[in-house]
Amino acid sequence: MIRVSGIFKSFNEHAVLKDINATFEKGKTNLIIGQSGSGKTVLLKCMVGLFDVDDGEIYYDDVLFNKISFTERKDIRKKIGMLFQSGALFDSSTVEENVMFPLDMFTNMTLEEKRERVNFCLKRVNIINFNHLFPAEISGGMQKRVAIARAIALNPRFLFCDEPNSGLDPKTSILIDELIKEITEEYDITTIVNTHDMNSVMGIGDKIIYIYKGEKWWEGTKEDVLQSDNKEFNDFVFASALTRKIKGIL
Amino acid sequence: MRIFNLIGSYFLLLGKVFSMPEKKMIYYKLTIKEIEKLGLNSIVIVAIISAFMGAIITIQTAYNTTSPFLPSYLVGLAARDSILLEFSSTIVGLILAGKVGSNIASEIGTMRVSQQIDALEVMGVNSASYLILPKIIATIFFNPFLTMLSIVVGIIGGWSVGVFTGVVTTQEYINGIQYAFIPFYITYALIKTVVFAFLITTISAFQGYNVEGGSLEVGQASTRAVVASSVAILLFNLILTQLLLS
Ligand SMILES: Nc1ncnc2c1ncn2[C@@H]1O[C@H](COP(=O)(O)OP(=O)(O)OP(=O)(O)O)[C@@H](O)[C@H]1O
Ligand SMILES: [Mg+2]
Repeated sequence: MIRVSGIFKSFNEHAVLKDINATFEKGKTNLIIGQSGSGKTVLLKCMVGLFDVDDGEIYYDDVLFNKISFTERKDIRKKIGMLFQSGALFDSSTVEENVMFPLDMFTNMTLEEKRERVNFCLKRVNIINFNHLFPAEISGGMQKRVAIARAIALNPRFLFCDEPNSGLDPKTSILIDELIKEITEEYDITTIVNTHDMNSVMGIGDKIIYIYKGEKWWEGTKEDVLQSDNKEFNDFVFASALTRKIKGIL
Repeated sequence: MRIFNLIGSYFLLLGKVFSMPEKKMIYYKLTIKEIEKLGLNSIVIVAIISAFMGAIITIQTAYNTTSPFLPSYLVGLAARDSILLEFSSTIVGLILAGKVGSNIASEIGTMRVSQQIDALEVMGVNSASYLILPKIIATIFFNPFLTMLSIVVGIIGGWSVGVFTGVVTTQEYINGIQYAFIPFYITYALIKTVVFAFLITTISAFQGYNVEGGSLEVGQASTRAVVASSVAILLFNLILTQLLLS
């Protein structure tokens, strides 16, 4: 479980996050949704400590993450897997080396054991027989999947995904979404996904938080989405012709 | 004001680089890789430039000192001292600032804008140390070899072209090389090399590490890396010369 309370973050006077309070539950796919520029990525980066918050608390289970020492933070970070908007694979390393990287850094496994774990993770995301290719040599969707494999290599307790399906076709997007949901439930991870894709929202949103101009505007489950009477949230949800149609049918 | 900010964050980054190395074995492997990438790959360019510079110094000295009153060993002596004192350390340093510096800045800058550095940080890896320390160790360790190579190739280049064009005989040239030789000049050249290696690597890494934006900014950072490390080399050349030779 991750809990944030009273998060404020601004860049040179420009307030990006204003008093965000939320709880992200374990074993569930928690979504942060909102328009481009609403502050989703900034919130995610604050949660993993890539940005320092101006004010507020971030709890991992019951540990106050943003106030502990660097060494203690490091222990928590080993339990974090993160999937970046761009994939962020190491481009001078092969697929196998990428997934093996966290194992190299943080375990004392033998090469045999590491190989086995790497192959297990790659198989989990359906990447088979690409171990020796470089990121530039595989497709964008495959890069995302390799990045997921790298993120789960150390059996994380917390998984962060920043727009896992941006730039992918609808079918691949759904595969990635489902993969994230399965992994979350299989290993009972606290997963937080940033997205502005209504397909993902309706597909995997166990819990949804809507950010509007840096503030939390709405919160609920995917079942609640079509019933909301919040104007700004509805503007977002029904921006797509498809969701409007569904609403009409209901 | 801005310059003080920059220098401040440069030293902060250095602090991060030299704190808490991650697993030692990984650093060892990375350093070997960097020696290959930053050191071995520079051998050819250093050798070519050194051969030509040695040759040019030799014939220029010869053509400018045609008076019979000047001793015949002068050409070899001039070649030796200019190579040892300035050429193999400072000029080679400037060339490496161009080659190695832009390489480091663009590599690290690309990692920054494509969030690879963020990925390292989130995993709990000290990205500054992981990315920069092996490069510092590799260049500090390997550049002295490049300097030695440059000295040898430069002197040989001077000799072969000098003899080929007939401006100096082998005997005169060797006399010149040996005349009033001060062994400390070699130490001096190597000290400068090590300092320059540190400057090139850290300044370029600093430029790359702090890129914000996209590939355009990476290119700009890479240019800044070359300019800033070249200026630093010239400045420290002055300081070290004053300290070591006065
Ligand atoms: N490093 C930074 N420095 C200054 N401003 C920033 C920085 N990062 C983000 N911002 C600002 O914060 C705001 C929110 O950005 P953010 O990246 O969180 O949006 P987002 O919701 O993730 O959008 P998208 O869906 O397009 O990824 C933007 O106005 C952006 O300009
Ligand atoms: Mg974003």
